[in-house]
Amino acid sequence: MEKPRSEVVLYGTWASAYCTRVQLALKLKGIAYEYVEEDLTNKSESLLHYNPVHKKVPVLVHKGKPIAESLVILEYIDDCWNNSPNLLPLDPYQRAKVRFWANFYDQKIIPSSYAVVLSKGKEQENAIKEFNELLTVLEEGIEKDFSTKFPFNGEREALGFLDIVVGAHACNYRALEEAVAVVVEPKEHPAFLSWVTKLKEYPLMKETLPPHDKLAARMRERFSLAPKRNIATL
Amino acid sequence: MAEEEVKVFRTWSSPFPLRVIWALKLKGVEFDTVYEDLSNKSPLLLQYNPVHKKVPVLLHNGKPICESLVILEYVDETWKQFPLLPQDPHERAKARFWAKFGDDKVFQSIVYGILFKQGKEQEEEIPRAMEILQHLEEELKGKKFFGGEKIGLVDLALGWLAYYLGIIEEVIGLKLIDQEKFPLLLQWIQEFSTAPIIQENWPPRDKLIAKFAASREAALARGLK
Repeated sequence: MEKPRSEVVLYGTWASAYCTRVQLALKLKGIAYEYVEEDLTNKSESLLHYNPVHKKVPVLVHKGKPIAESLVILEYIDDCWNNSPNLLPLDPYQRAKVRFWANFYDQKIIPSSYAVVLSKGKEQENAIKEFNELLTVLEEGIEKDFSTKFPFNGEREALGFLDIVVGAHACNYRALEEAVAVVVEPKEHPAFLSWVTKLKEYPLMKETLPPHDKLAARMRERFSLAPKRNIATL
Repeated sequence: MAEEEVKVFRTWSSPFPLRVIWALKLKGVEFDTVYEDLSNKSPLLLQYNPVHKKVPVLLHNGKPICESLVILEYVDETWKQFPLLPQDPHERAKARFWAKFGDDKVFQSIVYGILFKQGKEQEEEIPRAMEILQHLEEELKGKKFFGGEKIGLVDLALGWLAYYLGIIEEVIGLKLIDQEKFPLLLQWIQEFSTAPIIQENWPPRDKLIAKFAASREAALARGLK
């Protein structure tokens, strides 16, 4: 039997944006935790025990009780440690809007980004086109729904729920572009890129995101394509 | 108490708006209903849900909320009577997990993997669906409802199964769950589908069978292209 773990344990992988989200939330709230790096080709008994349904990371284990699914984990962290800063806004209507866009990002934007990296030629061109259309929907929607631009939790400096959900994934876009293809046209999405750029500069984000070169190398390896140089610059 | 305007945009057949209707009725909240024809969407629907152009939409004092599970959380936070989510953070997380599982896995498998498929493709999905439903069977151990003694968020999220599964089984001519392997799920189906309020709000069975048969035909035709 393995040694007893700390009160808060996160099972994750370094390259997973879903895991980065949880690390950001824990750090933001000042929660001490133990991190366990999983090898997804050889999943630990603990992971299979704590997430028997999906057998995936991230899994947060708090006092021996597991929580799976990154958005569910983020809400749990906010519910359980309701100290400042709040991840979600306090007003129910604002919360609904944040949840809506978090779901949109996960259900539309992320799958679309996968479609880009997993396709080639004409198919990839179409996938990039669709991805950019979805980004436009996201940009325009967020502008309409929220009165503040960045961060999305209002007046204060700390990251909010959407910053975490989007940032953990979007801030890696340069690594993706280096490894696979230019995906985001700067001229088409200045608002989105401005948001992502600000997020990347945020100290907590800088220290938590996977290292660029390591991630780019892994994406190249994973998507079996020669390295491409990004011509467009911000 | 101030005048409240609460409106639900729905279709007669879709299970997703039902979740919202059940939640509001269980909480005793008065609301108006707007029936949409999705082949001819109203300007209001397009205005209130420009991103997905779907039902349900909840309109509360002029504020639109979209996506049924997001709406359920909003409803629970706004009207505190008959709570849908438990107080304990870990129990809340479990409820959210299972609600998401219902949409991501159960609905996907049964509707897109089985109802909308035929032949070998459909055949291959069935054991996957059984595995997925087995998780629900496990989750019901020692409980009357997914929410425990009372109906909760997960029951509302999975509630479509209690009525629509039987309809799907009839349309495809296959029984998916039986008493031997899924005694608890069948018991839950019975309890939930006949519970007060739930019982009164099911759409007409024959009409649904016809509609689902037509949807299946359309999906199969698309798949063969």
